[in-house]
Amino acid sequence: MIKLTINQKKHQVDVDPDTPLLWVLRDTLGLVGTKYGCGVAQCGACVVHLNGEAVRSCVTKVSRAAGQKVVTIEGLAARADHPLQKAWLELDVAQCGYCQSGQIMSAAVLLKENKNPTDADIDAAMAGNICRCGTYLRIRDAIRLAAEMQRNPSKG
Amino acid sequence: MKQHPDNGTRTSLFMKIMTLLSAVIFITTAVTTVYSSENAISGGTEPQLLDSGPGPEKADRDSVASVEAFGKVYKVLMSPRCMNCHPAGDVPLQGDDSHLHTMLPKRGVDGKGVYAMKCSNCHQATNTPGLHTPPGNPKWHLPPADMKMVFEGRTPHQLAKQLVDPKQNGRKSMKKLLEHADDTLVLAGWNPGEGRTLPPMSHAEFKEAWTTWIKNGAYAPKP
Ligand code: FES
Ligand code: FES
Repeated sequence: MIKLTINQKKHQVDVDPDTPLLWVLRDTLGLVGTKYGCGVAQCGACVVHLNGEAVRSCVTKVSRAAGQKVVTIEGLAARADHPLQKAWLELDVAQCGYCQSGQIMSAAVLLKENKNPTDADIDAAMAGNICRCGTYLRIRDAIRLAAEMQRNPSKG
Repeated sequence: MKQHPDNGTRTSLFMKIMTLLSAVIFITTAVTTVYSSENAISGGTEPQLLDSGPGPEKADRDSVASVEAFGKVYKVLMSPRCMNCHPAGDVPLQGDDSHLHTMLPKRGVDGKGVYAMKCSNCHQATNTPGLHTPPGNPKWHLPPADMKMVFEGRTPHQLAKQLVDPKQNGRKSMKKLLEHADDTLVLAGWNPGEGRTLPPMSHAEFKEAWTTWIKNGAYAPKP
């Protein structure tokens, strides 16, 4: 049995310790907001937070998450009202949407560590998240907007 | 012709002094010649004196052996398995052709990446199985921004000088440098994950060359 804390809820899962965290999230626990794109850490669709870092759950063994804090897109904000989520809606960022939970989870680490990111900061942070629909420009705008909302909550 | 006894004594004293002088001159010349020809053969440049640690004693140094061993060290350090994480820029290199790491992760201040692009977000404590997957090590990182320890583009002379300079080598003494051959991240070069070529010699052979280079004086090859 492996003990996990996911979105502040405790879970015990009976899986091989080498199972990718992504498999456990989606198949064992039914948290399907996190997506499977490539399985080899190249696309970013599977990004979740492990102790606040944007890890790729497809190559992270569940044993690495044992006893640690995991946050998925479902738990990023209690009412799905993280500034990033609001900005995403406001600017209609998603096209097919498949990459977007990974995009938002990566952007959330950027905004936690840098309250006022430049375009260069955004590009450096988001370079590992691929969007096959090419929504990159809207993603960048939405991150800027979310940063502004974060600095002046009244704007949200 | 008969010599005056006094004259005879003076002459033999003069001869003795001359013999002694020429001997001194001969020895000096011989030593100088050997020394300069040794330098000419090896092209060795003396390392700067290093801080604490068992630096090689003068008498134990052999610049020819040192420079020769560095030839092997250089081949390993410039192989993709070592050089890819010692890039000239702030993006690590990837693959046997040392292309820029796809996704362009950045070095960051501490060498561990930036924001959502930190090394350990993908690189686990061990290699991930399969082709084109991230190789692993618990402390996967680049050299930090304030001491980049660049290998890419360095000549043998430049690299040797850099490696023994504590201001450029991560503040390592001779002792620490010797130990560095067994650092887990150095060893990772010989366990690179599927589909990546190994450095051009075994780790044992590399370590021997590394040790020989340092213990014989850590001489740099001629520029
Ligand atoms: S599915 Fe994990 S990075 Fe692509
Ligand atoms: S919105 Fe379709 S992949 Fe990004």
